Amino acid sequence: MQQINLLLASLPDGILLGFVYGLAAMGMTLIWGVMNVINLSHGPIIALGMFGTFFLFTRTGLNPYAGLIPVAILGLLLGVLIYVVAVHRVINAPHLSSLLATFSVNMIIIGLGTAAFTTSPYNVDFAAGSFKLGSATLLGTRLIAALVAMLFTGGLYLFLYRTRPGKYIRAVANNRAAAELMGIPSTRILALSFGLGTMLAAVSGALIATFFPFSILAGGSYELKSFVIGVLGGLGNPIGALFGGLILGVLEGIIPAFMESSWVPVIEFGLFVVILLVRPSGLFGAKQ
Amino acid sequence: MKTWHRHSGLLFPILVIVALAIWPTLTGKIANRESAFTILKAVALASSLNILLGYTGYVSFGHIVFYGFGGYVGLFLLTEHEWSLWTAMLAGGLTSGILAFLLGTAILRLRGAYFALATIGINEAMKAFVNNFDLFGGPTGITLNFSVYKPYGGAAQALQTSFYIAAGLALLAILLSHFVRTSKFGLGLQAIRENEDAAEVMGVFTPRTKTWAYVFSAIVPGMIGVLFFFKNGNVEPHDAFPLHASIEILVMVMLGGQGTVLGPILGALAYQGMRGYLVTSDFFKDIQLSVSGALLLVIVLFIPAGAIGWLRQRIPTLRRVLA
Repeated sequence: MQQINLLLASLPDGILLGFVYGLAAMGMTLIWGVMNVINLSHGPIIALGMFGTFFLFTRTGLNPYAGLIPVAILGLLLGVLIYVVAVHRVINAPHLSSLLATFSVNMIIIGLGTAAFTTSPYNVDFAAGSFKLGSATLLGTRLIAALVAMLFTGGLYLFLYRTRPGKYIRAVANNRAAAELMGIPSTRILALSFGLGTMLAAVSGALIATFFPFSILAGGSYELKSFVIGVLGGLGNPIGALFGGLILGVLEGIIPAFMESSWVPVIEFGLFVVILLVRPSGLFGAKQ
Repeated sequence: MKTWHRHSGLLFPILVIVALAIWPTLTGKIANRESAFTILKAVALASSLNILLGYTGYVSFGHIVFYGFGGYVGLFLLTEHEWSLWTAMLAGGLTSGILAFLLGTAILRLRGAYFALATIGINEAMKAFVNNFDLFGGPTGITLNFSVYKPYGGAAQALQTSFYIAAGLALLAILLSHFVRTSKFGLGLQAIRENEDAAEVMGVFTPRTKTWAYVFSAIVPGMIGVLFFFKNGNVEPHDAFPLHASIEILVMVMLGGQGTVLGPILGALAYQGMRGYLVTSDFFKDIQLSVSGALLLVIVLFIPAGAIGWLRQRIPTLRRVLA
């Protein structure tokens, strides 16, 4: 009975978090789907999103949800910059090159971030009330974060399927050479895709900052979660990432009711390796 | 004459190791012995990873798992069963090799980035598991009793002995790397690197060959892990499985030149030297990581073959000595 109560208390929370994790993973999996690059600078960008919210909130008093817009724009621009500087030259090279190129971006951001913000924890002192749902209490910040994540997912879907640049992105993901022959400016589209991926990372970081304390190193664990989710949902499948995020959120909600919460990462990463081995295309199918 | 030609690539690597081993004695400074130990450890890890990364072309982002796992097994045997350092080191290397064999049979079916992701997952899963594993001390890890050092002539003498063992292990890693490279087995690995399907058609039995490459690249890291944590006096999950250390080793291999014997050695020297300089310099110490990152980016973008690879391309006559 105690376990059931615990479960009812932690499961809704896990589900809400799952949406935000899913949003972060969507950015990673979008980049993989379009250009077969695993973005190892994903974590630091999530962390930069957190700091973006922090500074907008503490310095200008901007509401964290209004602050999402500048964070998203800066995330997009940063992604385009990273693509042009670090990724474009190695886009056709073996995987090792793009992995190391994005990892060097990771090192640069972490190094500068550590010098500027140190590694001590920060938090955004913001609350949006709480709601009662049966015996469970839901924090308003998490509920809004989940809604925003859904909104972004919907927006991404509409963008990819209903707009011209979105269709270009899908064409480049499908077959870059053929897309180029059809007159699609593939370099610009690749840069845009990378920018969108980092934008989603920055936004998810901005959302996480409203309910968890963070430091410049905090992005690392969300990056690892993004890998797990990306593989669960099928690498290159942005919508699958949202479901993958939900699965991870549910796991994080369920496991602590039955065993110590320190076992959560064991199960997460164990599952990750098993899925990679048994079904590398993920539970919901890889790209397209 | 023919044997000399075949093994001439070993000349520089052995000179480097000998120089590193006598450097602290020549200068008579204890601090130099610590730096030399770090470099020798890096040489051993980078040369081992090179067998998988450079020769076989599989990118392992979690190679440090063998170092940590071997270290844990060794320290467990040292404290709980009072094994000697030698047998504990052998056991650490052996269990790491067995772990690599088991993991290899499973995950080497994956290619490219999928393999890289799986190795990250395994490292993180292992770290999280050891954190919960009571036999290995859980989150607090294993701490050695001071009396462990007695059979080696006390703590100070044990540190000196550890240093020479590190030199020996670095040499072992280099010899392994060299003999793999010059053997028929190594040719099979290089064929897999160039084109795995073609290699299979040409008669390389790829699953078994890849698995053995993984095993060979895991044994020395396991032994080095035991030695390092023996010297360190304790082992904790965070010290044993640091993901960033895995990537540092990758950087060393890339820096010097993947797929060559000398490359990872020079890469380890250059990386550790640079890091030592950046950490201590007033101007760079705060942004040390950024400078390393920028340097890595420049290498990846403009000299992907690494220093040795670049030299070999430019000056063909050097190919015989710069193996």
